[in-house]
Amino acid sequence: MRKYSVFALVKEAMRSHKGWEPHWVSPEPRSSYDVIIIGGGGHGLGAAYYLAKEHGITNIAVIERGWLGGGNTGRNTTIIRSNYLYEESMDIYEHSLKLWEGLSQDLNYNVMYSPRGVMMLSHNTHDMQSFKRHINANRLYGIDNEWLTPEQAKKFCPPLDISKTARYPINGAALQKRGGTARHDAVAWGYARAASDRGVHIIQNCEVTGIRRGPNGEVTGVETSRGFIGAKKIGVSAAGHSSVVMQMAGVRVPLTSNPLQALVSEPLKPIFPCVVMSNTVHAYISQSDKGELVIGAGTDQYHSYSQTGGLQIITHTLDAICELFPIFRRVKMMRQWGGITDNTPDRSAIQSVTPVPNLFVNCGWGTGGFKATPGSANLFAHLIARGEPHPLAAGLTLDRFRTGRLIDEAAAAAVAH
Amino acid sequence: MLLIHCPYCGENRSELEFRWAGEAHIARPDTISAISDEEFAEYFFMRDNTKGIAWERWRHIHGCGRFFNAIRDTVSDKFLLTYKAGLPRQPVPGAEAVAEPSVASVVEGGAA
Amino acid sequence: MSNFRIKGAGRLTPARTARFTFDGRIYTALEGDTVASALLANGVHLMGRSFKYHRPRGILTAGPEEPNALLDVSRDAARRQPNVRASVQDVFDGAIIRSQNRWPFLSFDIGAFNNLLSAFFPAGFYYKTFMWPREAWAKLYEPIIRRAAGLGVAPKEADPDHYANRFAHCDVLVAGAGAAGLAAALSAAKTGAEVILVDERAEVGGALLFDTATTIDGKPGYDWAQDVFQQLKAMPNVRVLTRTTVFGYYNHNFLGLVERVTDHLANPDPSLPRERLWQVRARKVVLATGAIERHMVFANNDRPGIMLASAARLYLNHYGVAVGSKVGVYTAHDSAYEAAIDLKRAGVDVVAIVDCRAKPGEAVVSAARSLGIEVLTGYSVIDTGGRLRISSMTVARNGSSNNRKIPVDALLMSGGWTPSVHLFSQSRGKLKFDAASERFLPDVHVQDCVSVGACNGTDDLNALLSEAAAAGGGEFSVSGEVAFAWTGGMIGAAEGAGKDKIVKAFVDFQHDVTAKDIRLAVREGMHSIEHIKRFTTNGMASDQGKLSNMHGLAIAAEMLGKEIPQVGLTTFRAPYTPVTYGTLIAHSRGDLFDPARKTPLHAELVKQGAEFEDVGNWKRAWYFPRRGEDMHAAVNRECRTAREVAGIFDASTLGKIEVVGPDAAKFLNLMYTNAWDNLKPGKCRYGIMTREDGFVYDDGVVGRLSEDRFHVTTTTGGAPRVLHHMEDYLQTEFPDLKVWLTSTTEQWAVIAVQGPKAREIIAPLVEGLDLSNEAFPHMSVAECTVMGVPARLFRVSFTGEIGFEVNVPADYGAAVWKAIWERGQALGACLYGTETMHVLRAEKGYIIVGQDTDGTVTPDDAGYGWAVSKKKTDFVGIRGLKRPDLMREGRKQLVGLLTTDPTEVLEEGGQIVENPNQVKPMTMLGHVTSAYWSENLGRSIAIGLVANGRARMGETLYVPMKDRTIAVEVTDMVFFDKEGGRIHG
Repeated sequence: MRKYSVFALVKEAMRSHKGWEPHWVSPEPRSSYDVIIIGGGGHGLGAAYYLAKEHGITNIAVIERGWLGGGNTGRNTTIIRSNYLYEESMDIYEHSLKLWEGLSQDLNYNVMYSPRGVMMLSHNTHDMQSFKRHINANRLYGIDNEWLTPEQAKKFCPPLDISKTARYPINGAALQKRGGTARHDAVAWGYARAASDRGVHIIQNCEVTGIRRGPNGEVTGVETSRGFIGAKKIGVSAAGHSSVVMQMAGVRVPLTSNPLQALVSEPLKPIFPCVVMSNTVHAYISQSDKGELVIGAGTDQYHSYSQTGGLQIITHTLDAICELFPIFRRVKMMRQWGGITDNTPDRSAIQSVTPVPNLFVNCGWGTGGFKATPGSANLFAHLIARGEPHPLAAGLTLDRFRTGRLIDEAAAAAVAH
Repeated sequence: MLLIHCPYCGENRSELEFRWAGEAHIARPDTISAISDEEFAEYFFMRDNTKGIAWERWRHIHGCGRFFNAIRDTVSDKFLLTYKAGLPRQPVPGAEAVAEPSVASVVEGGAA
Repeated sequence: MSNFRIKGAGRLTPARTARFTFDGRIYTALEGDTVASALLANGVHLMGRSFKYHRPRGILTAGPEEPNALLDVSRDAARRQPNVRASVQDVFDGAIIRSQNRWPFLSFDIGAFNNLLSAFFPAGFYYKTFMWPREAWAKLYEPIIRRAAGLGVAPKEADPDHYANRFAHCDVLVAGAGAAGLAAALSAAKTGAEVILVDERAEVGGALLFDTATTIDGKPGYDWAQDVFQQLKAMPNVRVLTRTTVFGYYNHNFLGLVERVTDHLANPDPSLPRERLWQVRARKVVLATGAIERHMVFANNDRPGIMLASAARLYLNHYGVAVGSKVGVYTAHDSAYEAAIDLKRAGVDVVAIVDCRAKPGEAVVSAARSLGIEVLTGYSVIDTGGRLRISSMTVARNGSSNNRKIPVDALLMSGGWTPSVHLFSQSRGKLKFDAASERFLPDVHVQDCVSVGACNGTDDLNALLSEAAAAGGGEFSVSGEVAFAWTGGMIGAAEGAGKDKIVKAFVDFQHDVTAKDIRLAVREGMHSIEHIKRFTTNGMASDQGKLSNMHGLAIAAEMLGKEIPQVGLTTFRAPYTPVTYGTLIAHSRGDLFDPARKTPLHAELVKQGAEFEDVGNWKRAWYFPRRGEDMHAAVNRECRTAREVAGIFDASTLGKIEVVGPDAAKFLNLMYTNAWDNLKPGKCRYGIMTREDGFVYDDGVVGRLSEDRFHVTTTTGGAPRVLHHMEDYLQTEFPDLKVWLTSTTEQWAVIAVQGPKAREIIAPLVEGLDLSNEAFPHMSVAECTVMGVPARLFRVSFTGEIGFEVNVPADYGAAVWKAIWERGQALGACLYGTETMHVLRAEKGYIIVGQDTDGTVTPDDAGYGWAVSKKKTDFVGIRGLKRPDLMREGRKQLVGLLTTDPTEVLEEGGQIVENPNQVKPMTMLGHVTSAYWSENLGRSIAIGLVANGRARMGETLYVPMKDRTIAVEVTDMVFFDKEGGRIHG
C-alpha cells in the first residue's frame, strides 16, 4: 500500500496526481472464503480489517449490496462519545473511543476524529439526576465526563441560550471533552483501504439473497446476485437490513427498523465549536469542517425501510434547535435525508453467536452505531475468530432477551414522576 | 407525513393523529405464566421486522382512540389496507384474484 | 460607473428606482430588479469567491441554481441573511449587501493564495495528510481548514422576524407556472377542481420570461402567461402562489412549500410574516418544473462575465440589462443562438458564436449569420483570460492546435438543458436514462403525480401544451409557435477541458470541483457516483448539483468506460432550494414551542410566590419562598410546618383515569401486580404496574368508588402512556371485558392537605362526610361535597402524616384552594411544593417511580414484593417476573443510606462502591437515587439502589466523589416515624 503523507502529496502534486492507487481493489470473488462479512459499512469493513490485522485471517470477503459506506455509515451525524451508563455500554464505547484516538494513524488515513467535546444539556431535576449518575459512573470507570453550570456551558458553546425565561431553561450540562466527531466516509474508505491492503476482498454491488446451511445446520456460504460463494464463517453486519439477512438463516432477532432523519444547513463560517445534544427537547447539532450545521432529527414512529420520513420530524427538530440557539432561525436547511436504524428493545446492541453454527451477528446499534464503529468492529472480529465474545462485549448477547439481563440505556434515561 | 385511513372513523387522516403500535397479530399467550423463557422472549421481543408487506397495528390516538390493523409496504410506505382490531390477518389486496374482501366490505363487515 | 441598462428593453418601469449598497458602494436599481440584474446593470460581475480556491466569481445564472453569487443581504443588524443567491433576491430600497468568503476585499482576497497552491489540494487531499502528530489534527490543521471553509457568516442576533404556517388540501397541485404548468392549472381549474399553482419567481411564465420569440394562442408567450394568470386568479377554486417554492415532496402526496412574503419589500408591514410555510396534501400533483440550462466544462470556465446563455437572455429581455458589450457565445445547444440574436438585435456586439458541434440546427445558424454574427461550428473555447472579469476567449477548431484569442467582456454558454426531476425523484419516482438525449427522465411515477413539459423531456411546444392540458384533466386545448426548434446538448468535459493537462475546468463552481478532480477520484477507486460525489464533494454545495451532477456523471462514466446508468445517479434530496429554519418552525417557538401544562391552581400558586420547576411539560410549584428565604430555608420551613401543623400542596398533575364497568376490577387485576377484587368500595390501595417484562412501569393509589367504578391515579409523567397501555390491552387482548377508560387528569383539581391539623383544616368545608378516624380511616375514599362543590375526598398520605386529597372539578379548584389556604393559614399551616413533597416522602421511604426506579427495577427490587399478588393466575408481567435474571440473587435493591457525617447530603446519582480504593474501572454496587437534607430529622437522608442491598443492613459502603469519599451506612428506607403511627392521626 502506498503510504499517505504530506510528502507523498507533494510528490504527486509534481506529476498531476497521476500516481495514486485505488483505495481498494475489487477482485472477482473466489469460490469460497474463510470468513464472509455481509455488509460493507464501517462495522463490516472494520471487522475484516481487524480479523486480518489481529487474528491472522486474511481469506475474507466483505460483501456489500450497494456501495461501501452507503448505509448508515454515510448517513449519520458522526457523533462520538463514550459516557454511557451501564458497564456493558461503557466497556464497548470506551474501547471504541480509544481506537478512534489512534485510528487515522493506524489506518494511515485521516478519518478526522475531532475531540471537540460533546455537551449534553440538562433542563430539569430529572436530567440533572440522570446526568450526575452518568458522570459519577463514568468517573469511577475511568471515563471523562464533567458537570458544567449553565454559565460554563455557555462559555463552551457561545451560541447557546441559557436565559431563565426559555421554555425549558438549562440548569447545567454534562460534557465529555474527548467526545467529538469524525468524517464518516473516511471511516469506510480508510478501513476498506487498509483491509484491502491485507488481502481482504471487497465486493460491491453484490446482494446476498440466501444463506446456505450444511448438514449440521452450520453455514456453508451465501447465495448472491453474483452466484454462490462459500464460507466457513459468516458475520452479519448489515445495519438497516439485519432482520432481513438473519431471516435468510432462519434466525429471528428482536429488532425494529425505523427511519432516522438528519439535515445540514448551508455552509457557514465557524460558529459552533462543539457537539450539543439535548434529550429533553430532542436535538443534537454540530458544525462540519465544511461549515454546515449538522443536525440529527428524530426517528419516525413506524417501521420502515424507505430511508425517508415525514417533514414533521424535521420541523420538530428545528423547533428545538432554534429554542436552544435563537440566532439560527435565519439559517437555512440545505439538505435532509434519512437512514434506517435497527433498534433493540433495550436500545443496546447485539453482538452474538446465533443458534446457527458459525453464523455471527452484529446489529441493533440503533442511533449510536457510528461512534461504536472501531470498537464494535474490533470486538466482532474477535467473536468471529474465536467463536466466543470478547469480555468487553460479553453482555451484548442475544441470550439476554431470554434471561432478562437487559442493558437498558433507554430506561436509564426514562422520564417519569 | 403519512395519510392513514381509520377503519372506525372511515376517514383518511394525517399521521399526526395516529400512533404506531407495533407488529400485528401477535397474540398474548392464553397461558402466559406457563410458557418457557424462550417462548416468552419470542412473544415479547422477537419480531419479523418485514421488509415489504407487513401487518401492523396503529391507534387513532388523537381521534377515536381505537387500535386497528394495517397492511403496509415498508419499502414504499404505501398502505394497502386498514381493518378493525379483532379481525383475522387479512390477505393482501390484489395479491390473489379470488374474491378478496374489498377495503369497504372489510371495514363494514368487521366486528369491533 | 457604466450603465448596461438598455432603453426599451425589458419589462421594468424606469421611473421606479431603489438604492442599495454593495460592499459599501451605493448603486441604483429599478424596482423588480434582482440583486444580480441590478449589479449587472451597473457593470458589476464580480460577486463572490469560491469555497476552496477563493477564485473570483461572477453571476452564472438567473435562477435558484446559482452557485457563485452568494451574498450577505441585510435590512438591519438583526435581519441579516447570509448565502443569499443574487439571482433570486429582489432588490429593495435600503438593502445592505455584502460579498462573502473574502478577506480583506472581494477584489483582493488573501484566501486566493489557495489557488496558487491548488496542485497540493486535489480532491480528497485531506484524507492523505494532517495525521502527524496525532493531536495536531484537532488543534492545528482542522481549525485552519474550518476557517477557510464555510461561506457566509451566521447571524449574531436572534431573528426578530416572524413566520407563518398553513396547512392546505387540494385536488391538484401544480408545481411550476411556465407554459406547461399554466396550461395544466387552467385545464384542471376548468373542471372545478381545487387547484394550487406554485411558482418560485415573482411572475409566472417560466421560460416565457426570457423566450420572447415564442407565441401561444397567437400572443407573445409572456402576455399569454399573464392572461392565464389573471384568469386563474379570478377563479374561486384556484390559489396561485408566486415567490413560492415547492421544496419537498414527501409521503402520500404531502408537499412542503415556502412562500417568501416580505423579503422583496423595502418597508414590509410588520404584521406580515417574513415567509410562510405551506404544508399541502394534494390528491394529485402535476410536476411542471421545467429544465435547467447546463454550463460548458472547459478550462477557466469560471471567470466573472461567463454565464449561462438563458440567464443573459433573461437579464436582457426581462430586466433590460446587457451582460456585456463584447459578448462571445460557447455552446453545444441551439438555444444559445437565440440569446446571441436577442443581444445583437438590442445593439450589443456579439463577437462570435463558438459551437462545438459540427452541425448545429441550420435555422439558428443562418439566423445568426444573417445578423452578421460570426458562427464557428466545430470549434471550442479552450481557455479564457482575465482576472476579475473575463477579457478574452481562446478559440480553436476541434482537433487543431491553432488557436485564436478573441477579446470579450462576457461569455455565454449552453451545454443544453437538464430536466428538473428533483421533486419527481423525491416522490420516489423511478428515473430512466434516455441515451439519445442524454437525459434522465421520469419513468415510473410512484405517487399520484404526473410530469409534464420540459421536466418530462417534452421539447416540442405543442406536445408540451397538450400533455399539460391533459394532465389537468379538463377539456382544454391551446397551441403555440416557437421561433426555432432546438437541438443539441452535451454532458461532460468539452474540448479543451484538458484531459491530461493541468487546467481547471469547473464542474461544480461553488466547491471548486474540476474535471480532473472527478478523474482523480475514479483513479483512486471511487467507481460509484455516490463515492465520487463524496470524495470530490461534487454536487454537495448549496446548489446541490443542479448544474454539476450530469457533467460529473458523464466524466466519471467516460473515465470508467461505462454507460451512464451503470455509474448511477445520486439521490435528489429535499429541499429543492435551501429553506429558512424560522419558516420550518413557524409559530413553534417560545411559549408555543411546547405549550406548558398548568394546573387549575396555577394562578393561585403564582400569587403565593411559588417558584416553578418543569416536570415533563408541566409547570409545578417547586417551593414557596418567603421574603429573604432561599430555596433551602423555604424547604426546611415547609418540611417542618407540614409535620408540625400541616401543609397544602397542589397535586393536580397526578394522572387520573376513571376505570368503569362491570369488569373493572377484573381488568385492574390484569393491569396491576396487586389484587383488586377484594378492595371494598370506599377504600383505596397503592398499586404497582409492570409491563410484560416485569419491570416497574408506574404506580399510584387506586380508589374504589363503587363495585364498577375505580378512580386510578398515575405518576405525573406516566399518565398518557399508562392510559395507552391500558387501552391497548383492553381493546386488543381483553376485548370481551366490559370496561371503559377515561382520562380525567384535567377534570380534577387535586389539593393535598397533609399534617396533624389536616382534618381540622378541611373539616368545616366538607359536607356530608364524617372525617373521623373511625368513619374515614387512612386509605378511604368518598364522594361528598366541599363548599357545595361535588368532590371526591381521599384519605391518603404521601408524607406519613394524616392526609387528605380533595378532588374538585377543575373550574372550582381555585375557589376551594383559596378557602382551604385561608383555613390553613389561620391554623399555622404552609403551602409546599414538589421539593418538600420529595423530602417528606423520602423521610418515610416512599419511592418515586422514575427517580428511585429506572425501568430495570422489579417490584421486589424496590421493596414492594408484597404488592405482587401470589394468588393471581394472570397479570401483565407475571411471566416476565419469573425470568432467570429477574429471579437472580444479588439484584440491586432499594435501601436507605445514612452518611457517617450527618450534615453531608449525598449527590443524587452518586455511585456506591464497597472498596473506594480499588483501581479504575471500579466495581459499582449501585447508585444514590434520592438524597435530601431532612430538617425534621436534623440530618441528611438518602435512598439508593444497592446490589444485594437488603442483606447489607448496617454495612458501611462508600460514595466516591471527585474530591472526597463519603462513607454511608446501609439502613432500611423508613427514616421518620418508623412505627407509622402518625398517618392514622
